[in-house]
Amino acid sequence: MFKILQKTFKVGVATADYPGIAPQLAEQFRGCPEFDFDAWSDARPAAEACPTGAIAFRDRDGVRLVTVDYGRCIFCGECEAASAASAVQASAVQASATQINPVRMSQNFELAAADRRDLVLTAEYTLHPDGRHAELKSATSGPSAEEPGKRIEAAIHNLLGRSLSIRQVDAGSCNGCEQEIVALNNPVHDIERFGIHFVASPRHADMLLVTGPVTRNMELALRKTWAATPDPKVVVAVGACGISGGIFGTNYASLGGVDAVIPVDVYVPGCPPRPEALLYGILLALGQVRQRPGSLSRR
Amino acid sequence: MTTLLKELRERFPEQVCSVEESVPGQFTVLLNGPDATAIARHLLTGRQARLATVFAEDRVSAEGVFYNYYLFDRPGDPAWVLLKAPIPAGHPSFPSLAAELPGVNWAEREIQDWFGLEAAGHPNPRRVALHDNWPDVHPLRKDFPLDTVLPPFEGERHVYRPAHGEGVFHIPVGPVHAGIIEPGHFDFAVAGEPILYLQLRMFYTHKGTEKLFERLPIPRAVFLAESISGDSAFSHATAFCQAIERAAEIEVPARAQFLRTILLELERIANHISDAGAIANDVGFMIANAHAGRVREMVLRLCETLTGSRVLRGMVAIGGVRRDWQRTQVEAIEKTLEVVEHEFRDLVAIIRSSNSTRDRLERTGILRPEKASMLGIVGVAGRASGVDLDVRRDHPYEVYRHLTFSVPVYQAGDVRHRLLVRIDEVSESIQIIRATVAHLPDGPHCAPAQPIPPGRCALSAVEGWRGEIIHWVRTGDGNRLERCKVKDPSINNWPAIVEAVEGNIVADFPVINKSFNLSYSGTDR
Ligand code: SF4
Ligand code: SF4
Repeated sequence: MFKILQKTFKVGVATADYPGIAPQLAEQFRGCPEFDFDAWSDARPAAEACPTGAIAFRDRDGVRLVTVDYGRCIFCGECEAASAASAVQASAVQASATQINPVRMSQNFELAAADRRDLVLTAEYTLHPDGRHAELKSATSGPSAEEPGKRIEAAIHNLLGRSLSIRQVDAGSCNGCEQEIVALNNPVHDIERFGIHFVASPRHADMLLVTGPVTRNMELALRKTWAATPDPKVVVAVGACGISGGIFGTNYASLGGVDAVIPVDVYVPGCPPRPEALLYGILLALGQVRQRPGSLSRR
Repeated sequence: MTTLLKELRERFPEQVCSVEESVPGQFTVLLNGPDATAIARHLLTGRQARLATVFAEDRVSAEGVFYNYYLFDRPGDPAWVLLKAPIPAGHPSFPSLAAELPGVNWAEREIQDWFGLEAAGHPNPRRVALHDNWPDVHPLRKDFPLDTVLPPFEGERHVYRPAHGEGVFHIPVGPVHAGIIEPGHFDFAVAGEPILYLQLRMFYTHKGTEKLFERLPIPRAVFLAESISGDSAFSHATAFCQAIERAAEIEVPARAQFLRTILLELERIANHISDAGAIANDVGFMIANAHAGRVREMVLRLCETLTGSRVLRGMVAIGGVRRDWQRTQVEAIEKTLEVVEHEFRDLVAIIRSSNSTRDRLERTGILRPEKASMLGIVGVAGRASGVDLDVRRDHPYEVYRHLTFSVPVYQAGDVRHRLLVRIDEVSESIQIIRATVAHLPDGPHCAPAQPIPPGRCALSAVEGWRGEIIHWVRTGDGNRLERCKVKDPSINNWPAIVEAVEGNIVADFPVINKSFNLSYSGTDR
């Protein structure tokens, strides 16, 4: 026992202080890609390279509609690489000087959103005859970081003095998301400092934290778990797979995202979402439910 | 190897059609019919070979037949032997080996489910991969489209083997479990406290992965390989890339091989550390788990520095790795390892200092060596029960052929020794990484991208942290695959849990289960 005490004293406080202070990210950490829609001259190479179809486009009557869905994105960086390669080719032809890549990986991971549509960006372009973009007609922006930030403060405030019980449900994941959910409980991320506990039974849970894709074989179990969770309950869909089916999409064995089966309150992008991203989404969901107590009866 | 192949030809002239070295070190023995039993028996008993896996392929539209593949290796021989047995489309049946070789029980039933080929004479021919509520479909047949919409799920219909006798009852658990773990169903038959037997039902997380491999362009399929089993993302994706590289004869630059080796070992270290903590946790030693979680975080941060991802995603690529390392990144490896080595030693000391922990782990969940080798158990679980297998040494890849390292093997086969194997391996992995870093060559980090030629087959094996991962591919037109077979070590090892829990009390099940820590997603795909 002496050894243990010794160790505990030596280590001291290991806990990171997110979201109070910004997390320590490695310089190399890849968050979501960001897009300079004005400067983007061709979405095709990025769409071609994207493994999950998060970047897609449709050409009609000389107009291209490009969509970027963070709910499918696995933060792989292939769009950035493909875009850089095509920009280099183009600049060689035009002999222009330094070309900045319009698709760049950022360190942003605070992407959780209550509205699935907030995870989708769109841009509309008129086209050159060779298929490259001529002019940007319109674009929508992504989830704004500001507003959720405030909500999270409200959530933490609401939590003070009470506790939240989470039941985790793996509805078909690759177990990558579970790795990071487990990490939430280690001393570094220490989710218990918010009074948030993982519980064994849905009957004791306020929140279901669900990973996906929802497989055909887990659909019934997920429905039953949801039904066994007392109202009011919050459902958080975790990871590209939990949001949209991710790289698996929908197929004979996969029903896609969690909201294909039960109503979802907050979506947390990532593959897997890092622990801080999960925490952000969980706190957002709390703010959500406190602010809009009617959110469940809506459905 | 050549003498063995000659011998097969001479002893079985009727059955062996041809022998070819399809890829260096991989010999394909084409048989003239579906019956592989005589040759398999000869290899197993006469030549001490091991049957690593059995799988099938639908070649009906191309060649008019299905194929069954039986993959063997032999101690001391780095070559693989793949028996290839054609099965006529008009008579889709093959003789089962499961009665004499229980290790292929599930693999043969998977073939029944996926392809509709009957394993004739199988002692328990029920469905295993497709649950009983599935319609009569065979998803890996070429005439079954990936996007087939099946009628909705109507509830469970599986019948478990009943338990009889006074005081004997069943405890059903799952598919949703109490902790943060993957879904599966366990049916315990107990007599008072002790477990009489355990029946397992897996494939709850089946998501069409092998079928999906046939649709994605090969470069994108690398990301699917990362999602077979998230805790082994790098090992599975490396196995996949190696299979493609061998099929397409792509030379991986030396620097890339070194980088891959380092990352493979970091994946092992991260998982072994968390398992050590989790095993302690399951016998009530929470402080040890907290320390393990902290040390693991150090490793994950290093992983992020090296790949941009805490769990090593988006790094490995066909031909090498996606990103090269700067000097500072390489220095981070050395610095972190020094701290991790020290902290891990403390963690082990903490675990060792607790006599009550030792009591709970010792003689709990015993898997005897005879059983382990008979059931074909691999990886950590095998090595704790006398099965001396390690792909890194037996079929070396990347930099392992140039490295010397020891492979810990114990005979006791209890939870404690599965923990000890992990502890020993963390130290070995740290030494492997140090040796690899010390000789890190300069040069390109990836071979130039190139289209993959069609019609090539190759396999690859990687020692993931859990054990032997195998991928087998057949390339097709348009930079796509015709087939990708994925074998996670978990598939070999479920029978080990069934064996190890017998006679133990239900309260010890969590720690026994954790000491194997198998991947449900890797099993179910
Ligand atoms: S980072 Fe996201 S959008 Fe870009 S290629 Fe990868 S999955 Fe697609
Ligand atoms: S989002 Fe990524 S890590 Fe999570 S289950 Fe899907 S593939 Fe695995």
